[in-house]
Amino acid sequence: MQILIYGYGNPGRQDDGLGIELVSRLEKWAAEKGLFEIEFENNYQLNIEDAAAISGKDLVIFADASREEIDDFCLSEVDGSAEISFTTHAASPGYILQLCKELFQKEPRVLLLHLKGYEWDLKEGLTDRARENLDKACDYLKKLLVDPQLALGSNDTIKLCK
Amino acid sequence: MAQKITIEPVTRVEGHGKVTIHLDNNNQVTESRLHIVEFRGFERFVQGRPYWEAPVLVQRLCGICPVSHHLAAAKALDVIVGAGTGEGLTPTGEKMRRLMHYGQMFQSHALHFFHLVSPDLLFGIDADPAIRNVIGVALKHKDLAVQGVMMRKFGQEIIRATAGKKIHGTGAIPGGINKHLTTAEKEEFLNGPDPLNIKKMIEWSQATLEFFKDYYQKNQSFIDNFASFPSNHLSLVRKDGALDLYHGVLRAVDSDGNKILDDVDYQDYEKYIEEEVRSWSYMKFPYLKFLGPIQGWYRVGPLARLNTCDFIPSPLAQAEFEGYKALTNGKPNNICLHYHYARLIELLHSAEMIEELLNDPDLMKGELVTKGTKVNKGIGLIEAPRGTLFHHYEIDDNDQLTKVNLIVSTTNNNEPMNQSVNSVAHSWMDGKTEITEPMMNAVEVAIRAYDPCLSCATHALGQMPLEISLYDANQNLIDRKRT
Repeated sequence: MQILIYGYGNPGRQDDGLGIELVSRLEKWAAEKGLFEIEFENNYQLNIEDAAAISGKDLVIFADASREEIDDFCLSEVDGSAEISFTTHAASPGYILQLCKELFQKEPRVLLLHLKGYEWDLKEGLTDRARENLDKACDYLKKLLVDPQLALGSNDTIKLCK
Repeated sequence: MAQKITIEPVTRVEGHGKVTIHLDNNNQVTESRLHIVEFRGFERFVQGRPYWEAPVLVQRLCGICPVSHHLAAAKALDVIVGAGTGEGLTPTGEKMRRLMHYGQMFQSHALHFFHLVSPDLLFGIDADPAIRNVIGVALKHKDLAVQGVMMRKFGQEIIRATAGKKIHGTGAIPGGINKHLTTAEKEEFLNGPDPLNIKKMIEWSQATLEFFKDYYQKNQSFIDNFASFPSNHLSLVRKDGALDLYHGVLRAVDSDGNKILDDVDYQDYEKYIEEEVRSWSYMKFPYLKFLGPIQGWYRVGPLARLNTCDFIPSPLAQAEFEGYKALTNGKPNNICLHYHYARLIELLHSAEMIEELLNDPDLMKGELVTKGTKVNKGIGLIEAPRGTLFHHYEIDDNDQLTKVNLIVSTTNNNEPMNQSVNSVAHSWMDGKTEITEPMMNAVEVAIRAYDPCLSCATHALGQMPLEISLYDANQNLIDRKRT
């Protein structure tokens, strides 16, 4: 199974770096475990070429910091057809998936990991609370990635956002 | 009843901007302004840090053009470490940086045209927004959309090979570069499978130019008259007057083509450039000191660069440049939407320069770094995709940064963007009683011509999309629309 874990955000903006830090940790863990079939990617933001990057994958998990009212972290199903607007140079996961479907006729399962953050100033380093959320999300994803069929199966098996 | 119309944020430009258009009792436009939220804390973020960290730290300014900040900072620090101003690097150091820069220029220009501009051209600026986006392009003109994705990807791979990682690229260091290009990388870029090779990129760049020229031929009156106005133009040029996006001297011309800043050393930029603060905007308004703020503002970016340079040092782009200059009889081009035309000529030039550099053996061998005697001040200028970018650093005896001043490309274009908004507002909104989506999009089309990066705001999930607010003469909110 081809899996891509893709974190994005700006590590110079405190908790906006949550997605990048998650990828950094999981990449190290996967190398230690010998899980070389999992690919890792990160960037300041998503952009159109990422439609090509996800086109050969079975499962894609995007990870981004979130200001939403969630406890710590959760996953949401990305539906390409639901979101086709494009408002900045950056693009949303739904937009990337839609572009992938239109241009490459591929439709991997795409999940978005929402990582709760709290502070967004021009400053390096995560807040303590964001780090705790990151710890929980990493522990959760490690279990999921050992048996990725879980993520491809029923939504009952994953921690979906309410 | 007098009205104030607010468009916030401007769609398809980076960051958060707001346009206010004031109408009088007869629905005539009295004033329009582009308000830009620019964070001003970044200089303080860098102050106190060791100077050698700056080329990495400044990339966090912007996820759109981190390479431009990376290279501008490195160029300033070249001066500080005594490696000279541009010409002092080893051939390998300079050429690897140039390859990185042309990769950045190529991907940025391709993204802007295919992703942000082509929907307006293909469907018309008054088309339904539901189809006037790149998904719409993908559905009706799949070949164009695929080209846009692949050209952007090719440029990004050039950046990865020269700068290292996408986040925290470390390629450029004070005095040079930290790696050679490998033979495998060179071979991949030159002769990789279609479409990701430089020959295909040049072919597609030419085809994109032909697409635009064809569009221009059919819509000349609209393009020539859309938000056009005379202005000064400023950019770097090579010492012999050639277009040079990486290094050169500072030149400005007026709207008739007279040189008003005659190829000066940018280390002295403070003698020539001043920034004005206006109470209603967080972003400053730069101008040429000796002309003052009313007469001295200028445009930067592709349109300005093709107005200041004498020629383009690559054959295919030079041929296009000659045709482009003929449109205005060799005089400066002040047509706002010709930013796109100029940008596509630069796209082709960048592809040609990438090919030339890939065939240069200096990329794969030779000294990487120049050493010299340290000084405490350095200025780095580069022509970023959006225009001239200034980085100014000073350090103390402990090698810590004590002063940082950045003038980013979009700041340089602040006054011209305001002029463009005002021009469009008068043309499209005077006497109208209803604010339609095509009218608002016309304002955005004018701003998009500059490809602004309005701020580098945090983009975390849950942020607000386009919002339109309407106020009466007493500043009461009478309507608000959100997309």
